[in-house]
Amino acid sequence: MTLPTANPARPISRKRPFFQRVVKPWLFLLPILLLNVLVILAPSLSAVYYAFTDWTGLGDARWIGLENFRRLFTDEIFWQAFLNNLIWCGLFLTVPIAMALLGANAMAHVRRGQVFFRIVYFIPYVMASVVVAAVWRNILNPSIGIGVQLANLGLPWADIKFLGDTRTALYSVAFVDNWHWWGYLLVLYLAAMQSVDRSLYESARLEGANRWQEFVHVTLPGIRPTLVFTLLITVIFSFLAFDYINILTGGGPANASEVLSTLIYKAAFRRFEAGYAAAIGLTTSLICMIFGTIFVTLRRRGMEI
Amino acid sequence: MTRRKSSRTPSLLPNYVILIVLLLFAAGPLVLLGFNSLKTTAEIGANPLGPPIVLRIQNFADAWTKGHYATTLTNSVIVVIGTMVGVCVISGLAAYALARMNAPGFNAFSLYLLVGTSLPLTLFLVPLFFLWTKLGLTNSLFGLIVIYWATFSPLATFLLRSYMVAIPADFEDAARVDGASDWQVLQHVMIPIVWPGFLTVALVTGLGAWNEYIFAYTFIQDEAVKTVVTSFSAFTGRFTRDWGLTSAGAIIMTAPVIIFFLALQRRFIEGLTQGGLKG
Repeated sequence: MTLPTANPARPISRKRPFFQRVVKPWLFLLPILLLNVLVILAPSLSAVYYAFTDWTGLGDARWIGLENFRRLFTDEIFWQAFLNNLIWCGLFLTVPIAMALLGANAMAHVRRGQVFFRIVYFIPYVMASVVVAAVWRNILNPSIGIGVQLANLGLPWADIKFLGDTRTALYSVAFVDNWHWWGYLLVLYLAAMQSVDRSLYESARLEGANRWQEFVHVTLPGIRPTLVFTLLITVIFSFLAFDYINILTGGGPANASEVLSTLIYKAAFRRFEAGYAAAIGLTTSLICMIFGTIFVTLRRRGMEI
Repeated sequence: MTRRKSSRTPSLLPNYVILIVLLLFAAGPLVLLGFNSLKTTAEIGANPLGPPIVLRIQNFADAWTKGHYATTLTNSVIVVIGTMVGVCVISGLAAYALARMNAPGFNAFSLYLLVGTSLPLTLFLVPLFFLWTKLGLTNSLFGLIVIYWATFSPLATFLLRSYMVAIPADFEDAARVDGASDWQVLQHVMIPIVWPGFLTVALVTGLGAWNEYIFAYTFIQDEAVKTVVTSFSAFTGRFTRDWGLTSAGAIIMTAPVIIFFLALQRRFIEGLTQGGLKG
């Protein structure tokens, strides 16, 4: 580590201020800057280049223009994966957020046991994805899991091969991911709800508002910034979802739970089509960037109005 | 509590009903994991979802040896400590500069860090892998730690910066009057005051490094340097039928996290909800 003060800056009156004002502050940022360039920026920029080549990951890359993108847009599996990302996004914009709002709202008015509930809801979030996946893989097991058990109890329709059926695989994985995710949202919403002005609730009650009206007219506007923030991260994370899908189904069966990131992974590391993988990665990033820009624009506008 | 217990206050019964249903949803699978870790394979076949009849503690000893936990836990501890210490140093320096100095380009750099944290990892994963192969950093704990330094430090920087900004500058001014340099101010004034912030950052970063999957899975194939996460993933693949064994393995690798979390839950939750956002 370079000690900024150890730098023998000669006290020439014109140079020293520049050193103090510009060089020294940047020396503090040097480690994070170098690491970021090495691990994130340089590989990202090279991915932009590789997206237009036939790179295999080894050796030289040949420029092939838009060929990867032409292939991408005619690749049925790409569209299937993209559609699955959209379904994933729709699921995560509704189910965990509704559960978290319901739970946080129920908890905000409760004093007794609040710490206990909060801890238990949060535990799945601190567990490793591989462990969560292992727990649910057992519960959803097609031969002795919950489906068969329910069928034995007289509910034959419950005998579903959750992760092994093309119709249910994606939803089953999303369910498992949600089990570890919703508690996190709940804690975020709870913190936001607790900072809503109490007197607003008092006056809503004086005006005879019921629970639902109170929730819609006081709580939701009160936590709007947090809510909007979680909507944005949900959309972005939906296009990056990887862990649970890779662990539980690997994108199968028959690409039924394939998403963009598992597609990239397979292209790069199974089929050694690193150029094609970079093209999918670049497309994914553009999608995320579009949503990010929309969010920032909306927020700017919302704040001005 | 008593103050608000007026006739206008609605009953809390529906609240508790909702909370208990959600509690069962969150805790049920955890209880089941505990049950299964104590059953034999035969008992799981006969009674997959109920409590164990005979407690089979042997599963934990078997999982420990068959899952190579001595090796993989050591590897994970090395990765976690290396990541925590590195991120605290790197982000501490950056956060101090961003909180207290105002050089040209700092605003742009903050924005860059923010954008960088939302870049999809799948964009840079592939070129990074081939770069790391060239540099001989794959199958190396150090290579993995460097990636974690880069990916965890931006959010840690923002979190630490927010703690530092909240500290009045008076203390530092007093030290400067006495002739202390920036470095000395950081070391002797700032760090002693914001150390709880560093603890929070260390916990969040450590948790992230312990649980991280995609980099560990991609960059390390060699059994001898696998972390507990990727090794467990392979372990469940090798013993798909033996739920008792794999459940015990799951508990071995989760117990340290849960213990730390229960002991320091306020700090964990504060760190994770303020800055350490992950998928």
